[in-house]
Amino acid sequence: MKPVIEVENLVKKFGNFVANDSLTFSVFPGEIFGFLGANGAGKTTTIKILCGLSAPTSGKVSVAGYDVYRHSELIKKNIGYMSQKFSLYEDLSITENFQFYGGIYGLSRNEIRERTKALLNRLDFLKAQNEVLRNIPQGWKQKLAFSVAVMHQPKVVFLDEPTGGVDPITRRQFWELIYEQAHNGTTIFVTTHYMDEAEYCGRVSIMVDGKIEALDSPEKLKNQFAVNSMNDVFVKLARAAK
Amino acid sequence: MNSEMAVCANALSKFYQDKKALDSLSFEIEMGSLFGFIGPDGAGKTSLFRILNSLLIPDGGTASILGFDTVKDYKQIRRIIGYMPGRFSLYQDLTVEENLKFFAGIFKTTIKENYHLIEDIYRHIEPFKNRKAGKLSGGMKQKLALSCALIHKPEVLILDEPTTGVDAVSRGEFWEMLQKLKTQNITILVSTPYMDEASLCDEVALMQEGKIMQRATPERIIEAFNETLWSVQSDKMFELLSHLSSFPEIRLVYRSGDHICFIPRKQSVEEKNLLAYLENLGHQSVKLKQIKPTIEDSFIYQMQTQN
Repeated sequence: MKPVIEVENLVKKFGNFVANDSLTFSVFPGEIFGFLGANGAGKTTTIKILCGLSAPTSGKVSVAGYDVYRHSELIKKNIGYMSQKFSLYEDLSITENFQFYGGIYGLSRNEIRERTKALLNRLDFLKAQNEVLRNIPQGWKQKLAFSVAVMHQPKVVFLDEPTGGVDPITRRQFWELIYEQAHNGTTIFVTTHYMDEAEYCGRVSIMVDGKIEALDSPEKLKNQFAVNSMNDVFVKLARAAK
Repeated sequence: MNSEMAVCANALSKFYQDKKALDSLSFEIEMGSLFGFIGPDGAGKTSLFRILNSLLIPDGGTASILGFDTVKDYKQIRRIIGYMPGRFSLYQDLTVEENLKFFAGIFKTTIKENYHLIEDIYRHIEPFKNRKAGKLSGGMKQKLALSCALIHKPEVLILDEPTTGVDAVSRGEFWEMLQKLKTQNITILVSTPYMDEASLCDEVALMQEGKIMQRATPERIIEAFNETLWSVQSDKMFELLSHLSSFPEIRLVYRSGDHICFIPRKQSVEEKNLLAYLENLGHQSVKLKQIKPTIEDSFIYQMQTQN
């Protein structure tokens, strides 16, 4: 299978500071890939590069089949992005948010209408479709933000700390949406500070001071470091940071 | 009013238009306790904390801290509490040290006078004392906020979701600091949506929709979970969830990392029947075993069965 994300010796420097130090990894279609690291390890820098928002200093990077140096605009069309900080318009309704983002991604009126209907159905939001976002619970917003991010059927979706502050049941419903999307072939690239969520991923990488120090399935990493949880794997690696 | 208690709440209610944020909440918290309020967004944790620290007036009921009424005696309350709001609220354009000096000054004290109290925490960020607060990493901001909340030597510390967005290592360090503060006889109230942090408290209250569903020690909450919990894995993890939920003997199913948990309707489940059922649906290398519940399992069970 051809990777959806291919990174070879990626380096990003800001002046003398090396934020990404020769990263090499591949992510495959339909994979749920956890991209972990402490605050300041360099994750956001990498994600910005993968989304075509920032150019690498050196190295080879392709996303959804496009080279980040030459085709960053095409990359943006073929990916979805969701973060806890930036997501949706609070003073638009659920349906209006779908329409707005559908338009941004260049979907036709018909496509917008059909996909909005299908997603409202899937999320069980039909009754609430005209509610302004300000009035709906945080957990709903997160599910909605995810659905908006995959509305244009991207090959990869980037989830940057998507689940802060929600209850365990809503978090599980959210992960169920992610599993469904991955099952249908979308690649999921997710960052989180919560190590129980790392256990939902097929493979995870752990970044320390700009380098990827470990990359494997949660089970194999736990065996490799002879510990019982991903939290212990993470703490062992991240405590060694400068 | 019981003077042995650090915090008392008596039938506290709070409404936002017709939405009930707090629903006649009553509880007491002992002096020196590390007490956790656990619950989802919108459970009422922040409203409760804002009433306790005198920033919000309740629509019904009363609350007191060390015997001081949160409405009448708000001036005294503000002297004896330290508060760390959910959002970073220090001055982004002041340096680390300037922020700390400012908070010490407001309370007519100095960094020197109470340095012993913040030493363990402030030590981590002292090398960056000339950096602007807005330029700190998430973990460092949180350590500065805690230092500022402590510099006037409060008797009760109120921390609203202090670890949201902070990485696992900093979270671990933060909880170690709270355990140390307890030895200084400071009562600590902390809220979090994360269940793994609940087990680090002396006592926790599980909150939902403005009510306390359960209050107990973390050990007791797990003991009170009077059901058996099973874990299943197979080669078809995506389909496994829906297949398990249509198995008649199963009451509740949810995914939990790399396995799926279920609670049977009766105390047990016929293992042979379940294995045959899954095999029939094309699952291979099925691993089925009974596992120990955590606080999170107990919380999920209560939320699902009370609705």
